[in-house]
Amino acid sequence: MNLIQSVESKYIKDDIPNFGPGDTVRVNTRIREGKKERTQAYEGTVIRRTKGGLSSTFTVRRVAYGEGTERTFPLHSPNIESIEVVRFGAVRRAKLYYLRNRTGKSVRIREKKQSSDA
Amino acid sequence: MSDGILGKKIGMTQVFDESGTAIPVTVVEAGPCPIVQIKTEKRDGYNAVQLGFVDRNENKINRPIHGHFKKADVTPRRYLKEVRVDTTEGLSVGSVVDAGIFSAGDTVDVSGISKGRGFTGVVKRWGFAGGRKSHGGEQDLRRPGSIGAGSDPSRVFKGKRMSGRHGGKRITVQNLEVIEADMERNLLVIKGAVAGPPNGLLVIRRAVK
Repeated sequence: MNLIQSVESKYIKDDIPNFGPGDTVRVNTRIREGKKERTQAYEGTVIRRTKGGLSSTFTVRRVAYGEGTERTFPLHSPNIESIEVVRFGAVRRAKLYYLRNRTGKSVRIREKKQSSDA
Repeated sequence: MSDGILGKKIGMTQVFDESGTAIPVTVVEAGPCPIVQIKTEKRDGYNAVQLGFVDRNENKINRPIHGHFKKADVTPRRYLKEVRVDTTEGLSVGSVVDAGIFSAGDTVDVSGISKGRGFTGVVKRWGFAGGRKSHGGEQDLRRPGSIGAGSDPSRVFKGKRMSGRHGGKRITVQNLEVIEADMERNLLVIKGAVAGPPNGLLVIRRAVK
């Protein structure tokens, strides 16, 4: 373990579920309004994961009210309460940027057959 | 207590604060630095401590340097740097300065030698805009343009920003916050960026402002 990893280790989460691009996830984020704290969920397709130790992020895309939206979350952010995997998708790319140019039926992603690791 | 320490830049990452905001930080391996010499107002005209950093092969140093370390009863070090102190009271030659002189929340000034960029043009060195890429400006893409008026003053003013050696200079960044200080791991985590490449030598001093 190098020094940078030893600094990061304190913040790294170990309860992150196994998910990747193509999967549908529900991200529960903590939101602070004044003094009150509540949870907000954001559900959509994971189109990208970037690796970088504590700086790792993932991007979730959903089409809301006819408008495509994307949100990038820091994977280890304390503001993320939990990540639930709703559906595993079968895709052949690591980055699903092609979904941005598609609408309707062609946005669909096949469901991945459950393998032994799931 | 010494108000400064020598360190080695390890690299950058980010950490999260209580509110979940990501903070960019530089990880520095700081010390332990033995005090090799103490300069006093009376003898030297100013108060300072000379700190050593990074072990060095004893067989590879010449005799004068060997003698200098022997006098302080310290094994030879690669780097020797002075750090000014207000008073030399309570400091002794041979004692060790470690990362514990700082604690989370302190502010520090960090000096290092910036990355050498060699001979660079005005666009990189001074941020000039250069010329336009089209509409007949193709030949002036990264040129500086005019360097002054003609007949009057008939010369180029001193200090006119031109191309030349860039980087490789000592750069001090002031008032950086210490996020974490760990004496056991000889570690300082400092908010923001500091000059120099990874493994570059840094001088970390208590902030003057």
